[in-house]
Amino acid sequence: MPMHIVVCIKQVPDAKNVRIDPNTNTLVRQGVESIINPFDLFAVEAALKIKDSDGSTRVTVITMGPPQAAEALRETISRGVDDAVLLSDRAFAGADTWATSTTLAAAVRKLGDVDLVICGKQAVDGDTAQVGPELATLLDIPYATFVKKIEALDGKHLKVIRQTDEGVEVWKVPSPALLTVIKEVGEPRLPSLRHKMRAKKAEVPVWGVEALGLDPEKVGLSGSYTQVVRVFSPPRRGNRVMLEGAVEEQVEQLFRYLKEAKVPGL
Amino acid sequence: MKALIDHLKCTVCGVCEDVCPVSAIKVGETSAEVSDDCTLCGMCVDTCEFGAISLPEAGTGPAADLASYSGVWVYAEWRDGTVHKVSHELLSAGRKLADKRGVTLAAVLLGSNLGEDLSSELIAYGADEVYVVDRPELARFSDEAYANSVVHLVREKKPEILLAGATSMGRSFVPRVAAMLETGLTADCTELDISDEELLLQTRPAFGGNVMATIICPNKRPQMATVRPKVMKPEKKDGHQGRIIATALPEECFKSRIEVLEVIAERDQTAKLTEADVIISGGRGLRKAEHFALIEDVAQLFGGAVGSSRGAVEEGWIAPSHQVGQTGRTVAPTLYMAVGIAGAIQHVVGMQGSQVIVAVNKDPNAPIFDVATYGVVADLFEFIPAFSRRIRTERGEA
Repeated sequence: MPMHIVVCIKQVPDAKNVRIDPNTNTLVRQGVESIINPFDLFAVEAALKIKDSDGSTRVTVITMGPPQAAEALRETISRGVDDAVLLSDRAFAGADTWATSTTLAAAVRKLGDVDLVICGKQAVDGDTAQVGPELATLLDIPYATFVKKIEALDGKHLKVIRQTDEGVEVWKVPSPALLTVIKEVGEPRLPSLRHKMRAKKAEVPVWGVEALGLDPEKVGLSGSYTQVVRVFSPPRRGNRVMLEGAVEEQVEQLFRYLKEAKVPGL
Repeated sequence: MKALIDHLKCTVCGVCEDVCPVSAIKVGETSAEVSDDCTLCGMCVDTCEFGAISLPEAGTGPAADLASYSGVWVYAEWRDGTVHKVSHELLSAGRKLADKRGVTLAAVLLGSNLGEDLSSELIAYGADEVYVVDRPELARFSDEAYANSVVHLVREKKPEILLAGATSMGRSFVPRVAAMLETGLTADCTELDISDEELLLQTRPAFGGNVMATIICPNKRPQMATVRPKVMKPEKKDGHQGRIIATALPEECFKSRIEVLEVIAERDQTAKLTEADVIISGGRGLRKAEHFALIEDVAQLFGGAVGSSRGAVEEGWIAPSHQVGQTGRTVAPTLYMAVGIAGAIQHVVGMQGSQVIVAVNKDPNAPIFDVATYGVVADLFEFIPAFSRRIRTERGEA
């Protein structure tokens, strides 16, 4: 049986463009450049690696986002992904991780026979790392987070190595399952000319609430359990001190400052 | 849905147009207008000094029997026979929340052959009750068995707040708990408080720490949050009394579809990165792999960990597990020392939560100095050995 892998990606603002204006202390974004969440590119790469070893594998990428997110999907096709589906509907706006997972789960179900879902560890705009595990729970499939290596064990199981704060763990995961992956699964390959041509022509279907059979009240902001009540700039750091003088003087000053700050181990 | 503009309050100052990350706001002649591109991120709301912008209310379903939920719970993480520091921190933070609400503080302890010491330690940090589930199936972590157990306890006891550490374990299984309970979860909080409406105010960084957001979960219980380690202050409550409650759960709680084949502890610097009080990081300025020895030497003097920039990893000078930043680890030690690191935003987002940041760089214009507490413009090959010597002299080792 050929394997079907679904990869979930997200378009995020390029971190280079997000900063605080020191004068107004507000968030400034120059331009509206979006990139594919870096961890999701690792997820795409992980799927393509499996496809490399078994050519019959089909990789479908999905994303929930505004119409322009279709560009991100096309970019993954240019890297070798087979198909892409855009989940886009005004009703999806303002979704928290629960409402996002609800929408993604409906899409994975609609895709049908899915053997493996791969997500990036987290998106770099929200940094929650919640959608993967929540999606797996809604799909009622097992999952493994922070995966750095994936090996096929037999037709029905995968062996994965996950990175934890304490070390690594080797897990045997039955299929279908969901994995969230980290950088170590492999550097994303570059788009190729052949796939770029394909990406240009590819049909990217758009599924909204109706196509997914979802209640508009259960998605987007209305379907979210959490609510943002305030957004503000983080407190700014105290004034920086530049340590002047010759190297020995700089060393002495730093040593004293760190002593004063009671840095452990000093 | 999109952000709402009060046309009477809008002064067409244009600040909202500048902050909108998706360029959905255009300021017209008499008022700002929001297009359908609005993602309801809320960035504009707080930047409007005139209070002209608001978000539509989240519809959050029927507000069920919220009043039947009471108490603050902390998931207590432990390893090698001791309670994880983050659990001390959470109990201290949870104690304040529970006192503010006038409710009890409980800890949930899962594992195998736990012994009483762990529970006593949790009580010493403020827990009134410790629910202990001691089962061989819980000897090794698995998302399903751990989440199912917590879910079962929550359904039975109905706490109003459930907190866990934003560790690799907490961030892995707690989303499953939230999804099974069908409630909201806020990740990686750095501040917790109780609002006038008695709701949990969960504040967390977003956009790589460039903005802070305060989040509530008005209509679902428990209100759930993971909390970033090393942010809350641990406070021991000497003489605090509590009850240890051994709890039996149905067999099906302990079932897991995955099988843990092997657990390999990494006792080197890399695994310590997120827990270290001191991190000394090296970047491209080190010029070769061998020069990381300088960094390791200082790290060892502090009993700290070695970090690196992406540049140094890409050069192949150090393993990716040391990388701090957007695609690496996010760290917040007491001292972060960036040596020969330029300070690209991708690096800064991974370390700007550190208490004291020391930047050592030859280039006085390096962006790393923008986030530094102490800046040292110097040749690192002179400065770092001199700094090590100074520490050794102080210790009489020189």
